[in-house]
Amino acid sequence: MELLKNVTLFRRTKALEAQIDEFLDLVTEATTIFQRAVKGYLDDGPGEAFESALHHITALESRADELRRTIEAELTEHTLIPDLRGDVLSLLEDMDHLINLCQGNAYRFSIETPEFPEEFHKDFRDLLETAGTCVETVVFAARAFFRNIHAVRDHTHKVIFLETETDKISTKLKRAIFASDMPKVEKIHLRYFVNKIDNFANEAEDIADDLNITAIKRTI
Amino acid sequence: MEAAIIFFLSSGLFLGWALGGNHLGNIFGTAIGTQMVSWRTAAVLGSVFVILGAVISGAGPTETLGKLGAINTLGGSFMAALAAGVTVYWMTKLGLPVSTTQAIVGAILGWNLFTGTQTDLTTLRHILTGWIAGPILAAVFAILLYLLVVAILRRAKLHLLRSDAYTRLGLIIAGIVGGYSLGANNIANVMGVFVTSVPLSDLSLGGFVTLNGKQQLFLLGGVAIAVGIFTYSHKVVETLGSGLLSMSPVAAWVVVMAHSLVLFMFASERLRDFLLAHGLPTLPLVPISSAEAIVGAVLGIGLLQGGRGVRWHVLGHISLGWLLTPIASGIISFIGLFFMQNVFDQTVH
Repeated sequence: MELLKNVTLFRRTKALEAQIDEFLDLVTEATTIFQRAVKGYLDDGPGEAFESALHHITALESRADELRRTIEAELTEHTLIPDLRGDVLSLLEDMDHLINLCQGNAYRFSIETPEFPEEFHKDFRDLLETAGTCVETVVFAARAFFRNIHAVRDHTHKVIFLETETDKISTKLKRAIFASDMPKVEKIHLRYFVNKIDNFANEAEDIADDLNITAIKRTI
Repeated sequence: MEAAIIFFLSSGLFLGWALGGNHLGNIFGTAIGTQMVSWRTAAVLGSVFVILGAVISGAGPTETLGKLGAINTLGGSFMAALAAGVTVYWMTKLGLPVSTTQAIVGAILGWNLFTGTQTDLTTLRHILTGWIAGPILAAVFAILLYLLVVAILRRAKLHLLRSDAYTRLGLIIAGIVGGYSLGANNIANVMGVFVTSVPLSDLSLGGFVTLNGKQQLFLLGGVAIAVGIFTYSHKVVETLGSGLLSMSPVAAWVVVMAHSLVLFMFASERLRDFLLAHGLPTLPLVPISSAEAIVGAVLGIGLLQGGRGVRWHVLGHISLGWLLTPIASGIISFIGLFFMQNVFDQTVH
C-alpha cells in the first residue's frame, strides 16, 4: 500500500518538476519580452508593437499564476518537501513577483508614455540589460536550488554583483537626467521609470539572499 | 497454554508493551516528526516487522541473556520482567530516556543476587562490551553512511522533489529494517527470561509453518510490542523534537540505518556463522540498547559536523538515565523477589 503510494509519488514528482521548470521559463521569457519591448519603445515610441508585447506578458503572467497555484497546492496537499516547503513557496511567490513587475511596468509605459530624450537612451538600455541579466541569473540560481544545490552560490554571487552594477548605472542616469535642461516634472517622471527598472535588480538580490540561506539549510 | 502461565507471562507482555511504546520513536521518530511518513504507516510497518524479526531472528541474544541468569521458575521470570517493565514505565513517566536492555539485565542480576546464583562473568562482560561497542559502532556506521550518502547525492544532482521522494522511500525502508532488527535483538529483553521457565511444545500453523516453543513466546512478545506501538507510541513520538541534534530527513535516514545495522549485527546468528566460516572476528550475540545505538549514530553525525549542533546537556541527561536504569531495575527485582517468596509464597528459584 505504502509502496504503491510511493510509485504515485514518483509520478507526481516528475509532473511537478516539469511544472516548476515551466514556471521558471516564464520568468525568463517575460523579462526578455519586457526588455525587448522597452528597447523598441525607445526606438519607435509607443505603438502596436509595444501593445502586442504587453498582451504577451499579460498572458504569461496569467499562466505563471495558474502554475504557481497548482504547484503550491500539490506541495501542500501531499506534504511534499516538508522541511523546505515554506522556503520553496516563498521562492515561487517571489519569482512570480518578478513577472508581475514586468507586467506592471509594461502597463506604466503604455499608460504614461514617458519621453526619453536621445541622450539618455544608451544608459537606459544599459540599465535594462544589466537588470534583465540580474533577473535571468536569479532564475539560474533558483533552478540550481532545485537541481544542483552547490551551484546556487555561484549564481547568487553574480546576482549581487549585477545589482550593484545596476545601482551604479541608475545613479549615473538619474544624475544625468537631473543635470539636463528638461522641466522638473519630466525629470521626476523619468526618474520614476529608472527606479522601476532598477527595482528588478533589487528584487532579484532579495531573492538571491533568501536562496543562499535556504541552500545552506538544504545542504544536509 | 495454562491460565497460570498466561498470568505470569503478563509481566513480560507489559515490558513488551512499554518497549513498543518507546521504540517506534527510535526507528520512525524523525520521519514522523518531519511529516515524511504518517504515524499510522509507521505503526503498521513497525509492528509487522518487529514481530517478523522477533520470530525469525530472535534466538541469538536470548541465548546470551539465558546464560547471564537462567531463571528457572515462573515466579522468578515474572518478577524479573515486572521489575524491568516497571523501571521502563516509571522512567518514561519521569521523562528520562531508558533502555529496556539495561532494565532486564539489571533485573536478572537482581535475581542472581537474591537467589545466590553465580553471575556468569564472561556473559556479563559480553553484554557490557556490546553496550559500549554498540553506540561506538553506530557512530562509526553513521559517519561512513553519511559521507557515502552525501557523495552520492552530490554526484546524482537530483531534483529537490525527486530527492524528497527517495528520502521518503528510504525512511520507510529504514523503518522496516529498524523494526526487524529491533524485534530480532530486543525480543530477548521481553521474553528471554521466560524461555527456560515456560517450556512449550511445537505449534503448527495450518501445516505451513511450525513454531517452536521459543518462537511462540517471541510471537506473543512481538504482538505485545505491536500493541505498545499502537496504544502508546503516538504520545512518545509527539514529545520528541527537543532531542540531541536537530536533523534533516536524510540525516535521520542515516541514523536509523546505522542503528539497525548495529542491532542486526549483534543479533544475527547467520552473520556470526558467516564471519566464523571466513575466519573473521565475531561479535557477541547480545541484546543492545536501541536508544544507545540511536544516540551513538546521532553523535557520529554531530561530530562529523564539528560538534557545534550537539546539545551536550541532553547527552548528560541521557547518560544519567542509562546509569539509573540497571540499578533501579536490579533493586526493584531484588525487593519484588523477596515479596514473591515470603509474602506470596511463590518459588522464585
